[in-house]
Amino acid sequence: MPSVCLYFQVHQPLRIKKYRVFDIGHDSDYFNEAGENNLNNKRILRKVAEKSYLPANAVLLELLRAFPLFKLSFSFSGMVLAQIQKEAPDVLRSFQMLTNTGRVEVLSETSHHSLAFLYSQEEFRSQVRLHDELIRHLFHQIPRVFRNTELIYNNELAHVVEDLGFLGILAEGADHVLGWRSPTFLHRAKDTTRIKVMLKHYRLSDDIAFRFSSKSWSEYPLTAEKFARWISAHNGNGHVINLFMDYETFGEHQWADTGIFDFLRAFPREVLKHPDNDFVTPSEAIARYPAVGELDIPHFVSWADVERDLSAWRGNPLQHDALAKLYAMEPAVLATRDLALIEDWRRLQASDHFYYMCTKWFADGDVHKYFNPYGSPYEAFIAFMNVINDLQLRVGRANRTGTEALLTLPSYSHS
Amino acid sequence: MRVLMFGWEFPPFNSGGLGVACLGLTKALAQEGVEVLFVLPRKLPVSSSSMRFLFADQEAKVTVKNLDLLLTPYITSHGYEEARRRHGSSLYGTGLFAEVHRYARLAEEIARREDFDVIHAHDWLSFGAGLAAKEVSGKPLVVHVHATEFDRTGGNTINQYVYEKEREGLHAADRVVTVSTFTKQMVVDHYGVNPTKISVIHNAVEHDERRCAPSGFLALKNEGTKIVLFVGRLTLQKGPDYFLRAAKRVLTYDRSILFLMAGAGDMERQIMEEAAYLGIADRVLFLGFLRDEELGEVYRSADLFVMPSVSEPFGITPLEALSYGTPVLISKQAGVGEVLPHALKVDFWDIEEMANQILAALSYPVLREVLIDEGKRDAARCSWQDSARSVITLYQHLLGPSY
Repeated sequence: MPSVCLYFQVHQPLRIKKYRVFDIGHDSDYFNEAGENNLNNKRILRKVAEKSYLPANAVLLELLRAFPLFKLSFSFSGMVLAQIQKEAPDVLRSFQMLTNTGRVEVLSETSHHSLAFLYSQEEFRSQVRLHDELIRHLFHQIPRVFRNTELIYNNELAHVVEDLGFLGILAEGADHVLGWRSPTFLHRAKDTTRIKVMLKHYRLSDDIAFRFSSKSWSEYPLTAEKFARWISAHNGNGHVINLFMDYETFGEHQWADTGIFDFLRAFPREVLKHPDNDFVTPSEAIARYPAVGELDIPHFVSWADVERDLSAWRGNPLQHDALAKLYAMEPAVLATRDLALIEDWRRLQASDHFYYMCTKWFADGDVHKYFNPYGSPYEAFIAFMNVINDLQLRVGRANRTGTEALLTLPSYSHS
Repeated sequence: MRVLMFGWEFPPFNSGGLGVACLGLTKALAQEGVEVLFVLPRKLPVSSSSMRFLFADQEAKVTVKNLDLLLTPYITSHGYEEARRRHGSSLYGTGLFAEVHRYARLAEEIARREDFDVIHAHDWLSFGAGLAAKEVSGKPLVVHVHATEFDRTGGNTINQYVYEKEREGLHAADRVVTVSTFTKQMVVDHYGVNPTKISVIHNAVEHDERRCAPSGFLALKNEGTKIVLFVGRLTLQKGPDYFLRAAKRVLTYDRSILFLMAGAGDMERQIMEEAAYLGIADRVLFLGFLRDEELGEVYRSADLFVMPSVSEPFGITPLEALSYGTPVLISKQAGVGEVLPHALKVDFWDIEEMANQILAALSYPVLREVLIDEGKRDAARCSWQDSARSVITLYQHLLGPSY
């Protein structure tokens, strides 16, 4: 009876333009690259929308209409939603058409796709609140299930997220994280009472996300029929198959000419051919299935790289330094009460900025290089630190002006 | 296996990286058991004691054959005529090209007398000699490209004769070695050589102990003065003018930074005048041509080493800087970048970005720290032993399995 739970991550960061030392103090538009390059956020959003979001949404809408049992879930970063609202209202509408079917659940996350949980509980909670408000505003849903940036997870996070009122949380289900446990069952996080953990079935998820077009893969080409057979094979030894992946898998990571959209189009029909199979949203899975055991994950895990740890964002001194400087600014930034300034500070929290500084795989030129719009991790670090310096100037100026304004207030009480 | 190698002057008589590369490769080949008959064009007989010093471990393997020629690496027609006037001897050719021709005739004689399996010639000045030796002996010829006429001139005033000589050597050779993929592409694009005939074998650096005397610059650095260093011939190819312009841009932002330029060359006067013209003569110091301990101390004193070359087939100096623990910023037009994934890189013409990266490297201590750690690791992976093994494999490929 395995249920299939689909969750697609929709995220586009705001990449920092080539921001030079000389720009500090003169230019506070950090994200407005306009050239024909991969730091131009508008250009990338448009490209991804055309190649992935719009065609994939069209396929999903068609499927939701054709198969009453078909369901799925999305998690959007606040950053992609803000960009779509501003630059691509057609894309927003097409997502809303999906959620309006009532069979598409929207999850919660941090508004700025941040690593805030690792640095500031206060900021983490603020961002979750902000994000849930935005989801309610755009999709008329109150999220009940949480997924942290890049599926970063540990016991403590589950505890905090339960405290925030969520019923479920998503996590990576790689072998070395799970040990003997199966990702096809729900689990109870250690020291929690109610919240259930849903684990990514990484092998089946990665078959689509990473291996789909790999000609050297023994299972190439992957058909929906074959994939549905693998799912049905779990019959009797699992409750739910969690297929978690980036939404850009469809059309952007796997281009249309790989046949990925045909695969998607055929997928529900093939899964539903087996009478015991069905689709669930995360909330439904949590309501329907019990937690079979306790999951004790004291150390952080994530869905990144082979290590599935934090090393993609916190693996070298550049990343540590940049993150430490950014979060050290929190009290001063919030004290300005300047919304534009606070928003800029939050945009700098997107995990992507630190991912671009990763030197781990740099020499081997693999996936990090593919996703890095900068020439090198060093260029990413330099642009980021220059921006931090400008932000510090602005914060200093704003707080000084604020204090001066207070000090120079005419004291009416004496008159 | 015995190699007839047409090479160039070794340190301390070299004037640039070609001599360093010839020495590094020859030593490593000898260590791998290859016998090298090293033909060295030289005005004066080389003292056998200095050769014993250079090849202390492999004396039996390396025989140096001195030829009385007025050729030196990087020589131009004009430079040759000056040298010939200085030496005032009718022995030498009437012009550079006549001298190159004379070299080929002398090489023929050597090739007739000596016994060897393969010929290896470094850069165009010796291609003619290599070809002559090949014709006489019928042995396979390997030509090794350390620089092309396009690198030396920045692609502007290509000397047609030099180009023809390079092209002739590259096409007649049985195998071509380039010091980088960057140069391989150059040889394919500009000389029409079949890429399958070309092997890329990177240069390296000797990883012996780094000696350097305590220096005034080191004292300055310890007092907090930030030092940015250029080491190279002051000639168009090395981009000293771009270094100056970046210095100017940096100094508008922070006047306390000190720029050092070590090297001599045809642009020396022009560069000094330009420094004065830009109003930065007080922050740019010209150190002249340095070597050994003197060079070591400036490498070690620098906070950042910059190689802004316009076209650099390889570029050993960044590896040297890293071996002294100094991080490097190199132009994207340099082959050494292929072995230094963790260096700062910039287009040589992008002054604004060069200045930005210089200031970032000096301002963000953690950036320097990572560049040093990762850069040293990259540099340590470059070994002459590995390069020599690649060369030997190439020889074996030419000579057949019995070698």
